[in-house]
Amino acid sequence: MKTALVNKFSRSGKLIRADIVFRWLTVFGAAIVVLVIVGIVLELLLHSRLSIKQFGLKFFISRAWNPVTGEFGAASSIYGTIITTLIAMLLAGPAGLAIALFLVELAPPKLSRAVGVGIELLAAIPSIIYGMWGLFVFAPFMANYVQPALAKITPRFPLFQGPPMGIGILSAGIILAIMILPFICAVSREVFMMVPGVVKEAAYAMGGTTWEVTYKVTVRYGLHGILGAMFLGLGRGVGETMAVTFVIGNNHSISASLFAAGNSIASTLANEFTEASEPLYLSALIELGLALMVLTFGFQVIAHLWLKSIRKKTGAGL
Amino acid sequence: MKPRSRAKRIFVNRLVMAISAAVSGLFLFILGWVLYEVIMRGGATLNFSFFTKLPTPPGVSGGGLANAIIGTLMMTVLAIAIGVPIGLLAGIYLSEFGQEGRFANVVRFMCNMLMGTPSIIIGMFVYALLVVPAHRFSGYAGAVALAILMLPVVTKTTEDILKLVPNTLRESALALAAPRWKVTLGVVFRAGKSGLLTGILLAIARISGETAPLLFTALNSPYWPRRFQEPTANLTVTIFNYAMSPYADWQQKAWGASLLITVGVLLLTVIARSALAERRE
Repeated sequence: MKTALVNKFSRSGKLIRADIVFRWLTVFGAAIVVLVIVGIVLELLLHSRLSIKQFGLKFFISRAWNPVTGEFGAASSIYGTIITTLIAMLLAGPAGLAIALFLVELAPPKLSRAVGVGIELLAAIPSIIYGMWGLFVFAPFMANYVQPALAKITPRFPLFQGPPMGIGILSAGIILAIMILPFICAVSREVFMMVPGVVKEAAYAMGGTTWEVTYKVTVRYGLHGILGAMFLGLGRGVGETMAVTFVIGNNHSISASLFAAGNSIASTLANEFTEASEPLYLSALIELGLALMVLTFGFQVIAHLWLKSIRKKTGAGL
Repeated sequence: MKPRSRAKRIFVNRLVMAISAAVSGLFLFILGWVLYEVIMRGGATLNFSFFTKLPTPPGVSGGGLANAIIGTLMMTVLAIAIGVPIGLLAGIYLSEFGQEGRFANVVRFMCNMLMGTPSIIIGMFVYALLVVPAHRFSGYAGAVALAILMLPVVTKTTEDILKLVPNTLRESALALAAPRWKVTLGVVFRAGKSGLLTGILLAIARISGETAPLLFTALNSPYWPRRFQEPTANLTVTIFNYAMSPYADWQQKAWGASLLITVGVLLLTVIARSALAERRE
């Protein structure tokens, strides 16, 4: 907004008192937004002090998790978070791009709108509903059909070994993929639409097929934006709690197989936080929360700065 | 560049298009699948007593989740009462006063960060802030956690909507010697009314399905929500507890609660989205 507004309104040279009050009220509202974030970081730091002092950096590589002996390590939770998010990204990344391609380049406008609404609704369904569906519908489906099939196709592949229980790292990753896909799809779609028509038309005029134009022009033109979309999805996926808690199996262990039960930072918190009675136990859990906060912040900041720089470059609204 | 045959290029093109259409179809199928299961399994549970009775112990038939329904509604209303005014104020500041100033940009950045903060972290924060000092879980804490979740959504949509209001409108009101607060609340707000309502609806939709922030704050309770200083029954944590229990009748009830939550959230979302779409046209 370029036009400067009259920031202070005066009548007979004096500021109206009500306006000063009003202005400060809005500043107060804005300050609360900042205070909440600062408060979150401070509280997490404060309450994880005990665990930070006790375990130091070893906390992040130790696989021990024993509330009885008071030994805590975040390795299995961090491992689970990273692996489930990785699976989700590997599935939702390409799928989100494919759907965005379908919506922008392929589908007639009416169909495109209808499909777009459907994908948006995927994002509106609450996490816990995915949890219910995952635990009672999807996990049995995985155990009965998908996992035996995967094990059969790849008899020696270590990732697909072990009893097909349904719940576990793989199922959690797939459900996570369904949940972050709408975000990746929405941003990719906007990136695709930002590519100037002239550029695409020029490529079409050279005789390119739709795919060639997309792959060689649209994707390269919007590559930065697509990467930003991926990071946004990553930030979402890392902190997702309820759906993962339902299906991951909640087991403090690291195993080679993706069929095995595991846990993630968020699922550990959801399961154990209210049970933690020892100060050290609670502190260790809060340090886990701190690690999660740092992870999501990192991804968010990267995504936002990245997308911002593109917006500046292309001058279009994203 | 290698010359490639026309037939092959067309084939590759068709293949990619078919794949992208198939992937779109797959995810629409998943949407349908989730909704189908929730409706079929949940619909079988809903009856009159589900909405009017207290929960029963496992194995005892009958009973309902009336306390959780009321608890969820009460906490949502309180969260709206806290979150919406603060969010509106912050949004007004960003659009009307702060604009491109340094503090405004800090607020904008923090708002984005808050929007991306995992809801379970917000639950932990409120736990440390309100539950630890009071030595008990409470409905208040739950409502505050939900309000914090709403805050960035309301702030951002308010700013976006108010920025769309043309400056000439503000200037004409100011020219008539209206004080600033009247210009904002009486003129700018009125111009952006439907957009603001949409933003608030979206924010409510976002919090009504939330579970993670309530786990450590409101907890859950098998009793009527009489006082907010105590653990308060709510639908989402009930779903979590019941689904994780080994009792078939509790799991059935969890499906009923899931249906209620899904219908509520999707209705709010669809209403808000269609209002947004109307505005754009």
